[in-house]
Amino acid sequence: MHDVSAQAAHHGAPTSFIRKHVFSLDHKVIGKQYYALALVAVLIGMVLSWIMRLHLAWGSYAIPGLHLLSQNGAPGNVMTPEFYLQLMTMHATIMVFFVLTTAPFAAFGNYFLPIQVGAEDMPFPHFNMMSFWVTFVGFLVLVSSFFVGDGPTLGGWTQYAPLSAVGAVAGPGQGLGVVLWATSIGIFCIGQLLGSLNFITTTLDMRTRGMSMWRLPLSAWAWFITSVMGLTAFAVLMPACILLILDHVAGTSFFVPGNLVINDQLQPHSGGSTLLWQHLFWFFGHPEVYIAIVPGMGIVSHVLMANMRKPMLSHRALIYSMGALAVLSYMVYGHHMFLSGMNPVSSLAFSFPTLIITIPSTVIVLIWLGSLYGSKLRINSASLFGLGFISMFISGGVSGFFLAQPSVDIMLHATYFVVGHFHMVMGVAAMFGIFAGTYFWFPKMFGRMMNETLGKIHFWLSFVGTYAIFMPFHYLGLAGNVRRYQAFVTDAMKPLIPVHQFITVAALITGAAQLIFLYNLVHSRFWGEPASDNPWQATSLEWSTPTTPPPHNNFGDTLPTVYHDPYQYGVESSVGDYLMQASPEQVKNAHDEA
Amino acid sequence: MGRFVAVTIIVIAIVSAIPILRHTWWMAPDISTHGQPIDDQMSETMAEAGISFLASQIILALFIWRFSNSKPGEKVKNIPGGAKGMVWAAFLLVGTEVLALGIFGVKAWANVYFQPPAANAIPVQVQAGQFAFYFRYPGPDGTFGPIHPEMLSEANQNFFGIDTDHDADAKDDIVTAEMAIPVNREIHLLMHSKDVGHSFFVPELRVQQDFVPGLDLSLHFTATKVGRYEIVCTQLCGLGHYNMKAYLSVLSQEDYDSWLKKEAALQ
Repeated sequence: MHDVSAQAAHHGAPTSFIRKHVFSLDHKVIGKQYYALALVAVLIGMVLSWIMRLHLAWGSYAIPGLHLLSQNGAPGNVMTPEFYLQLMTMHATIMVFFVLTTAPFAAFGNYFLPIQVGAEDMPFPHFNMMSFWVTFVGFLVLVSSFFVGDGPTLGGWTQYAPLSAVGAVAGPGQGLGVVLWATSIGIFCIGQLLGSLNFITTTLDMRTRGMSMWRLPLSAWAWFITSVMGLTAFAVLMPACILLILDHVAGTSFFVPGNLVINDQLQPHSGGSTLLWQHLFWFFGHPEVYIAIVPGMGIVSHVLMANMRKPMLSHRALIYSMGALAVLSYMVYGHHMFLSGMNPVSSLAFSFPTLIITIPSTVIVLIWLGSLYGSKLRINSASLFGLGFISMFISGGVSGFFLAQPSVDIMLHATYFVVGHFHMVMGVAAMFGIFAGTYFWFPKMFGRMMNETLGKIHFWLSFVGTYAIFMPFHYLGLAGNVRRYQAFVTDAMKPLIPVHQFITVAALITGAAQLIFLYNLVHSRFWGEPASDNPWQATSLEWSTPTTPPPHNNFGDTLPTVYHDPYQYGVESSVGDYLMQASPEQVKNAHDEA
Repeated sequence: MGRFVAVTIIVIAIVSAIPILRHTWWMAPDISTHGQPIDDQMSETMAEAGISFLASQIILALFIWRFSNSKPGEKVKNIPGGAKGMVWAAFLLVGTEVLALGIFGVKAWANVYFQPPAANAIPVQVQAGQFAFYFRYPGPDGTFGPIHPEMLSEANQNFFGIDTDHDADAKDDIVTAEMAIPVNREIHLLMHSKDVGHSFFVPELRVQQDFVPGLDLSLHFTATKVGRYEIVCTQLCGLGHYNMKAYLSVLSQEDYDSWLKKEAALQ
């Protein structure tokens, strides 16, 4: 650390339009590009979920214009079974990869990590630019599958083999659709690996004078921990995708055993293992849950500290807990495979770490609650979403107790209980983290304030709405409602259709509420009230930039020197109840942990 | 507004818990000999998770209520016990909880998977394929004829790929599209898939197990109540996944014997 004189990141301010706005090397522009990509992706993903929800609630309902998305998939605008599965697969893939991984980690991390460590950019700006553009290409490849062959893959975002590996004979989209899916995700992995490399190096090597690791804000710690997870998890998913592509195009049988008969045809494969795919996928897949949620934990901690006006109860306990989540996330993945046919003793071996991972999660929640005690909580859009994050994380977290136990999983595996669990804990909670970060950092990113009234309306509709959608999912699961069904034709599930209709109404309203956010975002970008350099009276380095938004090199001619822990709130300093990290002022009641 | 947030969180928490407490939507009644420990485990987990859920949400709400309305001039303060108190609380409360769940859960899981089937268990073979289950009974010789994948054909209605012309063991095999078993007799279910991944889920039997192409898996269970139950597929297997189901009839021994005789005559 401190080797700021040898910054590999140094590059002059861009002069051409292309270098400034398109192939930019500036981490701030790249961060905004990631955010824009996530915004487009989330809108597509949300519309897909609306279409699916309408179909699940009122199966014969003709959705105007649906045939435009797929002529074969929606004759007369009524969805076919395969088209439902294709939309479901695309919804999940887009949301998990291009929203939940992209926005909280790549977008905010790109923009704020270098500033929070006190650097003028990331150490490998060209890699950084590449990381965004390959991600963008990956997104285009994925979306292109709507328009080629017989549409996108219907195999779900988990792409279990051999359904995903035997080719077009297994159903619509299982030929070219799978190849495009695996190509897209393989490309996405390259982007994440390049990004993770930059994040790790930025954190370890680019910190400014005085910025010890313990003085890093919790958001920076979260991005750092996430990037370490990303480096190991995506490095496993990428070869898995390559092997899957080879099974399609090179006649290999990595994931296909012999003697399979599909459509009365003996398949020309032998020797592969279907469980191999599951092990590779979930070795990535479970850390991915934490890749989506840990940045949210960091962002929400960061946002709430500024709005609680007191320091975190224990900065270090939170960091150790996030680190424990990252380490344990690799030991728990087998709980997705309790009923997969792997040795039942392995199920127990995976069950215990899955139960144990609730301990660091609980430490994090209790540290948040303990920090809230005795605070001077400010209620604004950012803090509301931060508090909503905690509530949602608790709700989604406790359902993990069930799914961690193989015996209970017998009743809940592959039901809507699982869908409710992961939507709450990694979907909604992570989205609330993105919203908290947006309302909090928007003034710094664009120099304008977002509209608070619209922000609060957005919060209320989202908070109540997401509970109305996802809590009933748990009831459906308990009643045996299997997931990934395009219609509920079994005797046990038919009576549950009214619950689905309720959920659909809630989903449409909650989804529509997101348009308020979109309007607020766009309107405030151009017409919002001008923001001051530090509108929240916050302490970390992003609020010490000489201008708002920060200049090209973030801090002007001189990089800042750090004198304090990141959350010196509740003190008596010359500026008020806070002390900025870059302020040399010493106050009596400062509480440095580092 | 902080107080409104607090009240909303409490209302949501209570409203969410009511259907669980009232069992408005709940698991189908158990008809298996091994299901009780699973149901006990579910209830214990529900109690522990429910208490954790309600307590955490209520504490969150109370703190928001109280501390979003600080009096002017009031100073921030730390919670009694500080961070160490929180960490100890997490380890003690949740550590005990997960230890208890883990230890009792082993028993429920072991009941299903670690006991071998009884020697006199009735063997039934089930084959999953896009998008139907087929069942095979070994007939009077008690032995299944070998499967020849190259002979497997839906068009020829040779669902299991058996060669009744050449394999003596296959001659008396009984293939059905519906599963029937006698009540209170242990069944040894031999599972395989002919194409992609599927699953065998009968909620009333407290049984769910994936079919894994390339692997022969088995389960054993005893049904205790006569009735007709649905077998559904829970592993995404293609466009007809939602409609992949079969019926399981649990019959008295006499009804089962006559059903088997009738099916044998149809082969």
